[in-house]
Amino acid sequence: MDTIADMGGMQGMGSVQYAPPDDPPFHNDTERKIFAMALLSMRTSGTNLDSFRHAINRQHPLDYLADGYWGRWLNCAENLLTDSAIIAPGAVEARARKLRGEDVEEPPVPEPNKPDYKPTAGGSIRQVDDPPKFAVGDRVRAKDIHPLGHTRLARYTRGRTGVVRMVLPAQVLPDTHAHFIAENAQHVYNVAFDSHELWGPEAETFELHIDLYEDYLEPA
Amino acid sequence: MTFETETTRLPLDLRTEALESILLERQLVDPKVMDTYIRMYEQDIGPLNGAKVVAKAWTDPEYKARLLENGTAAVAELGYKGPQGEHIVVVENAPTQHNAVVCTLCSCYPWPLLGLPPTWYKDPAYRSRIVREPRALLAEMGLDLGDEVEIRIWDSSSEVRYFVLPERPAGTEAMSEEELAGLVTRDAMVGIAKVAAPA
Repeated sequence: MDTIADMGGMQGMGSVQYAPPDDPPFHNDTERKIFAMALLSMRTSGTNLDSFRHAINRQHPLDYLADGYWGRWLNCAENLLTDSAIIAPGAVEARARKLRGEDVEEPPVPEPNKPDYKPTAGGSIRQVDDPPKFAVGDRVRAKDIHPLGHTRLARYTRGRTGVVRMVLPAQVLPDTHAHFIAENAQHVYNVAFDSHELWGPEAETFELHIDLYEDYLEPA
Repeated sequence: MTFETETTRLPLDLRTEALESILLERQLVDPKVMDTYIRMYEQDIGPLNGAKVVAKAWTDPEYKARLLENGTAAVAELGYKGPQGEHIVVVENAPTQHNAVVCTLCSCYPWPLLGLPPTWYKDPAYRSRIVREPRALLAEMGLDLGDEVEIRIWDSSSEVRYFVLPERPAGTEAMSEEELAGLVTRDAMVGIAKVAAPA
């Protein structure tokens, strides 16, 4: 899915609102609670980190940008819990209205419907028997594909050619793992792209390194 | 979820309170576990972890070699491991080589070494711009790099977490490892700043 979250290279975002190094991780109890609840919502909804990220990415772009980081996390928790029918759609809003004194009816608690999913191990790293398809020094092209669901293939690399700099540990493929289709564990590569390959001849000169899963790559 | 205008969107703190009340009432989350997560990342895990790794690398060449060879194992020697640190790769800064880290797609960050990321790291301006105009953006953020400095930007798009080993500033030869750790900021370990020499 080509979402708002995939914003590498997007322009017009303005200056970085910097905070000094002693800026704390949480600024209030709302942020603290969102952090804990969102992490725990993965367990409660029977989902995983990749579906967590997709539950953030697929928010409407205007919500994504206006709600801010913690707003996105709260929306994510609500998405995961609703998708697994742990809470009903509208349950959070109804409870919020009730808490501020409105006379609203809360939806009934639904019958849970968690995905048919069980990880084969903790974390995302796996052992893969097939040897890596690519080696350090290989020229590779990021495929110009548009996965319908979750993906970590950043748009700014699609169709661009780079060089493999590291063969990384094999990991579950987010594209299929997020939707509980399969772990699809595969080799992952750190690929270096020349900035001009990505952004044209007028761009600054630098090297962009990004991790790309084997399914995202073809020989160049 | 569709976009709601400002007039209909309920405040974040109210929605948070609402979700918490539902989850606790139905015993869907354990409040003690919630408190543990909050405490871990508010008090226990933070940039001082990474600073100690850096100080050790600066003062112990064999540790530095291990760190660059296998970041995950080397930081685990100091007890640093856990969520968002499954595989750590350390990239070294040098006089003509500057590294900076980003997650354009979300906010991936090496939690065991730096704790939770600062707001600016997670916001659209940094995420969108550092992979397109790093030299200009770093200058805006206070880091001017000469033309002779090569820049490498690391977009953390898998579960590998990148960590910058900053240059040791001049004039620190007499400092102990502990004193050196006190100099190292998270900004330097993300790559938006250098470690300043002591005043």
